[in-house]
Amino acid sequence: MLEVSDLHAFYGKSHILHGVNLTVGDGECVSLLGRNGVGRSTTIKAVMGMVDAKGSVKFKGEEIGGLKAYQVAHKGLGYVPENRDIFPTLTVHQNLLLGMKGTKQSGRWSMDDMFRLFPRLQEREHTAAGVLSGGEQQMLTLCRTLMGDPDLVMIDEPTEGLAPKIVELLRELFIEINRRGVSILLVEQKLAIALEISQRLYVMGHGQIVFEGTPEDLRANAAIRKEWLEV
Amino acid sequence: MEFFLISMLNGVTYGLLLFMLSSGLTLIFSMMGVLNFAHASFYMLGAYFAYQISVKIGFWPALVIAPLAVGAIGMLVERYGLRKVHKYGHVPELLFTFGLAYLIEEAVHLIWGRSAVDYRVPAELSGSLFKIYGTAFPEYRGFMMLVSVLMLVSLYLVLTRTRIGLVIQAALTHPDTVEALGHNVPRVFMLVFGGGCALAGLAGVIGGNALVTEPGMALSLGAIMFVVVVLGGLGSLAGAFIASLLIGLLQTFAVGFDGSLGRLFAPLGISFPSGTFLGELWGLTISSAAPVLPYVLMVLMLIFRPRGLLGTRDV
Ligand SMILES: Nc1ncnc2c1ncn2[C@@H]1O[C@H](COP(=O)(O)OP(=O)(O)OP(=O)(O)O)[C@@H](O)[C@H]1O
Ligand SMILES: [Mg+2]
Repeated sequence: MLEVSDLHAFYGKSHILHGVNLTVGDGECVSLLGRNGVGRSTTIKAVMGMVDAKGSVKFKGEEIGGLKAYQVAHKGLGYVPENRDIFPTLTVHQNLLLGMKGTKQSGRWSMDDMFRLFPRLQEREHTAAGVLSGGEQQMLTLCRTLMGDPDLVMIDEPTEGLAPKIVELLRELFIEINRRGVSILLVEQKLAIALEISQRLYVMGHGQIVFEGTPEDLRANAAIRKEWLEV
Repeated sequence: MEFFLISMLNGVTYGLLLFMLSSGLTLIFSMMGVLNFAHASFYMLGAYFAYQISVKIGFWPALVIAPLAVGAIGMLVERYGLRKVHKYGHVPELLFTFGLAYLIEEAVHLIWGRSAVDYRVPAELSGSLFKIYGTAFPEYRGFMMLVSVLMLVSLYLVLTRTRIGLVIQAALTHPDTVEALGHNVPRVFMLVFGGGCALAGLAGVIGGNALVTEPGMALSLGAIMFVVVVLGGLGSLAGAFIASLLIGLLQTFAVGFDGSLGRLFAPLGISFPSGTFLGELWGLTISSAAPVLPYVLMVLMLIFRPRGLLGTRDV
């Protein structure tokens, strides 16, 4: 589904990614782990066409490197930014509307689905999104992207700073996303949740992939965890 | 009493005209982060286009065609000028709009000459609408008010009730996120820039004949427009609206007020003989101070509240 090879990314003159290679299969859930600042967010932004990048990005067999972000989105890639990037002055309902690419609801997800998964959002449907709690904003960011019916969704640090109860809700949503045939590329800090829901994991260090394997491989490899993950 | 009512109406009319300019400028600034120095030049283009069209086919077609033409020019400027300059940062963008203002002024000189053109209020609207104690309120002022209010309501409806309006609102603060959701943000930028220019053009069509249509009009109204935007708070539409009305009323009242600053204090039993401290200042008539009042207000605002009335960021 997604094949990234030899991806380099730049912010102005600083060279952040040094040849990243990764793949995500059809319906697969893959996690991208690593310490702060190693370039995980930059990787998905580069795939999305949001930063200057060189190298090849293939989606559904088609080269999408060099396309603009809105064109990449129309190919079926969804992006859930970090920091719960909701539109604060718009209502929950309006935020969800903006997730849709056209005016008609179609595809895997409807607004009712979202409200069934997160009744909290329905209660606050006509409230300005800026006053929602952190957890509610995270749900909204995710649901907003799903409204665009992506075939692969890239989610950047969704559980950061959230209460265990809400993390549990999100975990259920990830499983539901996968169940509906949507692939996931998840950037996570919490090793436990990544090990539990992913089929494969990548570990990043200094702008490169330093480990690739299954959850069992990573559990068994204490050296990698110690060198690249534990603080 | 009639002075008060008529000045009030005139002030509101002028204020709404200012808002037609400052609203576009504000939207463009919030979205692209660039203060468009050429904005008032599009106002001037609107007036000259309307003059040309009304000479050839009449005022009513001009009312529609001129703003559309100005909007189209605005879109071209964004698409083939500003967008190319954008990647070099905000300073080159500012310089670009400066250059553009100059270019438009020179073009106007070349085509229509250096003195004012005879762009008149249409005959149908040159009567008076009503009289208050013998003072007439011109029909055309009423028409200006009507057009401005219609534009205000449509702008509000477009921004809050339509899908493109939602996209614009979201892109004002989070353009990257909006684009990643699949919205063509570059095109939205172009439409907003063009729309802002069309509004300025419309202001030129209805203001050019009420005030004056000459090559200096961009500079004189442009300065006031920047005062409005600074007062209201850069990037705040509501702020721009309040500041537009405020400046409109302030200028209208000040011009019509004959009397000196010192006389304002007379009822309080305070007088300022010419020998006292700042005696000349107190003797200055308010109407002669009128043109500088907005700038005084702007300087005070910059000193005491740099973000403006409703702005969220400092200038
Ligand atoms: N807009 C930017 N301009 C310049 N440098 C940036 C920018 N964004 C990120 N960087 C730098 O790029 C590197 C990688 O950043 P990135 O956001 O990809 O890290 P990350 O792995 O997502 O970590 P985290 O999200 O925990 O900060 C960091 O060193 C960061 O300082
Ligand atoms: Mg990050």
